[in-house]
Amino acid sequence: MGTSTVAPETAADSGAGQRRQGRPVLAGLAFLAPFLVLYALFLIGPSAYGLVMSFFNTSLVKGGLGSFAGLSNYAAAFGDPQFWASLWHTVWFTILTTPPLVVLALVFALLADRARKGRWFFRLAFFAPYVLPSAVVALIWNWVYTPDLGLLSDVVTRLGMTPPVWLGDPNWAMISVALTTVWWTLGFNFVLYLAGLQDIPRELYEAASIDGATPWQQITRITVPLLGRTTTLVAVLQVIASLKIFDQIYLMTSGGPDFATRPTIQYIYDVGFTDYRVGYGSAVSMLLFVLILVVSLVWFALVRRQERDA
Amino acid sequence: MAALPSRRDVLRGAGLLAAAGAVGGSLSGCAEQLQSGFTGTAPSADVLTYWNLLGGGDGVRMQEMEGVYRKQRPDVDLRAVTLTWGNPYYTKLSLATLGAQPPDVAISHLTRVPTLVAAGLLQPFEPEDLARHGMSKDKFVQRAIERATIDGKIYAIPLDTHPFVMFYNTKICKQAGLLADDGSLKPIDSEDALVEALHKAKEVTKSWGGAVASVADVATPWRFFFSLYGQLGGKLLMGTSPDEILEPDKAVRAAKLMRRLTVDEKVMPPNIDYGGAIAQFANGRSGFFFQGEWEISTFKDAKMPFSMTRFPNLMGGTYAVQADSHTFVLPSKEAYERPRLDLVLDFVRSMLDQGMTWAEGGHVPSWLPVQQSEKYRELKPQSNYVGAAESAVYDPPAWYSGSGSNFEMVAGSALGGVLSGRTQPEAAIHQIQVGISKMARTPAPV
Repeated sequence: MGTSTVAPETAADSGAGQRRQGRPVLAGLAFLAPFLVLYALFLIGPSAYGLVMSFFNTSLVKGGLGSFAGLSNYAAAFGDPQFWASLWHTVWFTILTTPPLVVLALVFALLADRARKGRWFFRLAFFAPYVLPSAVVALIWNWVYTPDLGLLSDVVTRLGMTPPVWLGDPNWAMISVALTTVWWTLGFNFVLYLAGLQDIPRELYEAASIDGATPWQQITRITVPLLGRTTTLVAVLQVIASLKIFDQIYLMTSGGPDFATRPTIQYIYDVGFTDYRVGYGSAVSMLLFVLILVVSLVWFALVRRQERDA
Repeated sequence: MAALPSRRDVLRGAGLLAAAGAVGGSLSGCAEQLQSGFTGTAPSADVLTYWNLLGGGDGVRMQEMEGVYRKQRPDVDLRAVTLTWGNPYYTKLSLATLGAQPPDVAISHLTRVPTLVAAGLLQPFEPEDLARHGMSKDKFVQRAIERATIDGKIYAIPLDTHPFVMFYNTKICKQAGLLADDGSLKPIDSEDALVEALHKAKEVTKSWGGAVASVADVATPWRFFFSLYGQLGGKLLMGTSPDEILEPDKAVRAAKLMRRLTVDEKVMPPNIDYGGAIAQFANGRSGFFFQGEWEISTFKDAKMPFSMTRFPNLMGGTYAVQADSHTFVLPSKEAYERPRLDLVLDFVRSMLDQGMTWAEGGHVPSWLPVQQSEKYRELKPQSNYVGAAESAVYDPPAWYSGSGSNFEMVAGSALGGVLSGRTQPEAAIHQIQVGISKMARTPAPV
């Protein structure tokens, strides 16, 4: 997934000049057409419509765009503490999930890669939760987090501590959801790292051992630096995925307690569908879109720099 | 290159696929709905789709009532769907109606009806249609049917009134000397009387006097508060500015009592969620429990000694208690054809007539033939609080209000903070004023 995003650039550098000559542009477009049509129909079109709606007081239950609102929807979003709170919850969730999902995925990938026997088992074990639907994950973890009776409370009590109300305490709810997410989605990054590890030439390690490098030195001086591009990719994909958090929170806490876990997408859902205010909801969507776009651009900048340095 | 299909081949293939889909669709029953969705035709006449949001004990009883209806009308294919309570339910109902695929009949909280009507998502019940099925206006609890009448038209048929009530453990209350000779609870008629009763119960339980949910539940603190505020005669939503959202003096007084119980007197636990409060009462760790009457099933199942009565009049004003009603509504953008309407009304009538089954779950029947029957009067402890139905205060009508709505979330969150001791009453009331004023000043989307 990630490598394909980077690959076209290198390909373009090598053969762009020859390809442009004599190739029928029409054939290329024809091959692209199915994708372009779907892209225009289901992405560009609705997005453009959403952008237009964000400037109107569009109601879900009334026909048409409604009265012109100018920038007032955006002004209302900036002036709404609930919007800022939801944005903060989204960012807080991203902060809570991204570092462990990058670091743990790397650590587990290194360990699984070093395992001589039963490597398939470790790969399967780490990847298995990722294939579960979010509804199943939410169900499992709601049981784990059940106050008093749940698995986690039981473990914590046995350790001699008082367990918090995992999903019911505003201070703990997001941490609990983040923990669930780490368990659930670690497998994807883990697989990306495993792929990255396989790209590192074995000779480097051989040469390093001959020179007397310890395994730790090999990891810190060879593996981690050579995984740099994978790490950038994993980190940014993870940040973007975390910024789009919705389903597990909606299923586990419905954004509660007291809105303490409501992310921006749920805020958009709440104002747009529940409150019928699609115009305002579109404006908030646009703001989230810009935020994710900025993160993506930062990624592009990082990748470019790595390409140059490499 | 020759192997590539021509454009004509592709189109022909697509046509065949579509045709196969249409044929396949008409063969199986499930796809019938899909087909009617695509073509806009009405589903076959003997199908009655019914959506509700009744979980737990209510859900079990509703299924029982649906079973009776199925026996009465074997010719009707009743398709009942239960969805998640609160905003998710109303969102789905709205979207399905907008998408021209609503159920034939649905449950709605009475407090949600005005918004659905304003959004043009409901059809009214014409008096002559109701009369044809023996349902005239005077056979319902007046408070409820009046709230269901908007601009002179009846938009909802109330099945029940479900007030906030007081549960008490008879064994604990007896030991605490709170019971009269006939075994009923001695009257609690003031703030101090309640505090005293809870202290006495606490001495018996050695943990808490009473329990009410305060954490991760916005509806319960709101129900508690609004009952007290209603008894003070407090008004809501008199305008859109913060000063007009509620009457601060009365609101602060009500909130102060809530804080007094958990923080000052320590007779109720300050941090407890919905399930936790139930557990406290069910395990005999508290003598009283405040919640909607529907929790009766929980404690019956727990085989514990308990009874229930109306939420006491603590503030000294005219008696009032927060309540809502489950009602039947016709979700549609189009007027109903006579056969479909009759099918629905016949179903609704069957549900009303089974009010005794429904009443066992704690709800006060709105259908007077059931409510005034000897059988219901003998149903204890349910009939102890029957009067609450006519003293019910319903959430004020606004596009953002009603059961499980944003209004309840904003107000309930602040009041949960009061019960938990995180927020001072004055600050919480201010928070409600500002939060709700903001919603009130937003142009209504309906």
